[in-house]
Amino acid sequence: MKFDTVIIGGGLAGLVAGISLQKAGRHVAIISTGQNALHFFSGSFESMEEPPQRMASLFEEAGIRIHYQNGVRLMPLGTFRPAALSLEDISLFPSPQFARSVLIVSISGYHDFFTQFLIDGLERQGISCRLQFLDMPETRALQQGPGEMRSVQIARTMDRIWEKVIQEIRSMLKDEDIVILPQVFGLQDISVPGRIRQGIPARIVFAGTMPPSVPGIRTQMLLKRRFEVLGGTYLMGDEALEAHLHDGVVHSIVTRNLDSHYLEADHFILASGGFFSKGLKSNPFQVSEPIFGLDVQYAEDRNTWYDPTFKADQPYMEYGVKTDTALHGLLQGEPLKNLFVIGSILGATHPEFGTAAGLAVRSAFHAVDQILQTTPEAE
Amino acid sequence: MKLQEYTTSKHNFEECMKCTICTAYCPVLQVNPLYPGPKQAGPDGERLRLKDPYFFNYALKYCMNCKRCEVACPSGVKVADLIQSARIRYDHSKPKLRDRILASTDLMGKLVRPVAPLVNGITGLSLTKSMMDATLKIDRHRTFPKYSNRSFEGWLDANKEEQAAFPEQVAYFHGCYVNYNNPRLGKDLVKVLNAIGVGVQLLEGEKCCGIAMITNGMSEQASRNASHNVDIIRKAVLNKGLTVITTSSSCTLTIREEYPNLLGVDNADIRDSLLLATRFIFERLEKGAALHFRPDYHKKIAYHTPCHMEKIGWGVFSEKLLRMIPGVEFIQLDSACCGIAGTYGFKKENYEASQAIGAPLFEQIRAVDPDLVACECETCKWQIEMSTGYTVENPISILADALSE
Repeated sequence: MKFDTVIIGGGLAGLVAGISLQKAGRHVAIISTGQNALHFFSGSFESMEEPPQRMASLFEEAGIRIHYQNGVRLMPLGTFRPAALSLEDISLFPSPQFARSVLIVSISGYHDFFTQFLIDGLERQGISCRLQFLDMPETRALQQGPGEMRSVQIARTMDRIWEKVIQEIRSMLKDEDIVILPQVFGLQDISVPGRIRQGIPARIVFAGTMPPSVPGIRTQMLLKRRFEVLGGTYLMGDEALEAHLHDGVVHSIVTRNLDSHYLEADHFILASGGFFSKGLKSNPFQVSEPIFGLDVQYAEDRNTWYDPTFKADQPYMEYGVKTDTALHGLLQGEPLKNLFVIGSILGATHPEFGTAAGLAVRSAFHAVDQILQTTPEAE
Repeated sequence: MKLQEYTTSKHNFEECMKCTICTAYCPVLQVNPLYPGPKQAGPDGERLRLKDPYFFNYALKYCMNCKRCEVACPSGVKVADLIQSARIRYDHSKPKLRDRILASTDLMGKLVRPVAPLVNGITGLSLTKSMMDATLKIDRHRTFPKYSNRSFEGWLDANKEEQAAFPEQVAYFHGCYVNYNNPRLGKDLVKVLNAIGVGVQLLEGEKCCGIAMITNGMSEQASRNASHNVDIIRKAVLNKGLTVITTSSSCTLTIREEYPNLLGVDNADIRDSLLLATRFIFERLEKGAALHFRPDYHKKIAYHTPCHMEKIGWGVFSEKLLRMIPGVEFIQLDSACCGIAGTYGFKKENYEASQAIGAPLFEQIRAVDPDLVACECETCKWQIEMSTGYTVENPISILADALSE
């Protein structure tokens, strides 16, 4: 099967590239091996201070609202981090002293929202805190099941009962100017976070929970839907196994589900993610890129791959595939002319700085611009 | 060398990173509070069950084996296989009469066919539905699929000389549904394959693929069917050099994946020779064969990806074929479970959950308002037709209808 571009990886980088190309009239297939890092998305594109206009419109057209303002945001453990470009769910403040007093509302039996850390962190900023729990028949039903109480399950319930939740929180509210809630609103019904904000007479701040990230899953669903509405082909749950190369040019890709039916294209984009997504693999002897066997930047001496101090900067997090400045992947030092490498597999991302989402978007646009300078070959 | 990558267990539970992404995509967990969810029922539970079978949990029966957890898993863990294989190993309770009836699609078809009009009339009566609801716990809202009084096998057998005249031949694993309920789909396949110069033969006595037996606690019978089917497919592939074609996504998944992974029936030598008709036809067209379509065919078609098609990953062939028909406006529906999961939704205790699971899909179909919904799964067809009123057709039937005579 022949496409104009085949993208390996269906996360943020792959989807942004896929949507941009499909919108420009190219035929694109995305191969996605399982779900992706958007399920852990913090909601902020932390290496980006303001959105390129094309990104704002790409997200807007997919139904995803973003905003930006230089400032800080509240982290799940009660600390603050500089942030600018973010999903609308994420509140941005000029400084950590953003309130006089806050009401924190969690849900009875929910262990993935760390209220005591939040209280400790906010009190350090001189903000007084009061903690309350939603305890309603619908939330009690969630507790009674044998399954774990997770953000997504709660969000499904909240999509149904948001009006009652607003009434509950209104009755809890005293003189606080801020209400902090876990990010468990607006999974299927994207209007719910806005309705919660409208219905409660205080500023609403949604704070992160343990994964999966509800705003992240929503972003994934909307971007994927947008790609498919534009006519793109999203091969969910398939896996790129190997590539056929000829004279420094990628000819086709072999996938697990399509086996002998190869996917051909003029251009290929590798957006297969870092170690977690198996875009990069490691064993005791080497770090490698499994599909093309591209050159990977990593230290020879294995003892320097990691720092035994758990909280220290971990060097392996910066390892990634080597490219030229055009983002062509390098194979034994030579660039593959029609392969672009984008997103977390480039390495140089660092969870401590949260740069992955910004890198994904910027590198995707860099690849797309070069592909769009070429005319597609006739089939 | 004993590196971890070479020492994974059969369904690789130890590769679970506990990321919980599967729980976000499990249709059952969304509606049934009694189900522990794929992570707990699968890799978490496996760790405990290996220590002591005491930890086997009967709530695993709520899993409908849709495989969406496996499709979503970023680490490639065989979550659904873990759950179903645990049921096979540890659940020794006898299946109820109702479950045996629902799972025995082949036997029911054989018994009913000679008296099909009578049975169709009786199962359609509201009195019968109430009785089945009360006695067998088959939900009264369900309509039993109609039985045809002439089997597809009978029809193709009567036309075998005409089919043998085609220079190229394939064998067709039609499945119970085409044979007893919807021979038209089989005839449509013959029409489309004939149009590209391919004749169709039967296999030497196929049996039900066994999918409903696996989920209804009848794995021994399923294994017997599996061995038989692999034998006859082997004869067609290895002795006669034929490709074996299917039209049902669930039969295809069962024969390709469940036989080796759950039932321990080795299919390695024939697995790649079993293809869904859509893939076979698409590949023929790529190699130069041509289909000619009616200029007056105009339809808005919404494609639903059945769960098992999502797992096989071949929905792209249906999409590309339907888009080739000049008068088709193609719409890809969001991939979501319709809630029926084979026999699951027929059971009274699952009816409400089944409809709640399918609700977002039904809503999207109503919003799109297509002329037809397309999908390769027979039970999705019943569920979507019952729940939305829209007609559902296999893409093969749509191709056959759009062909110029």
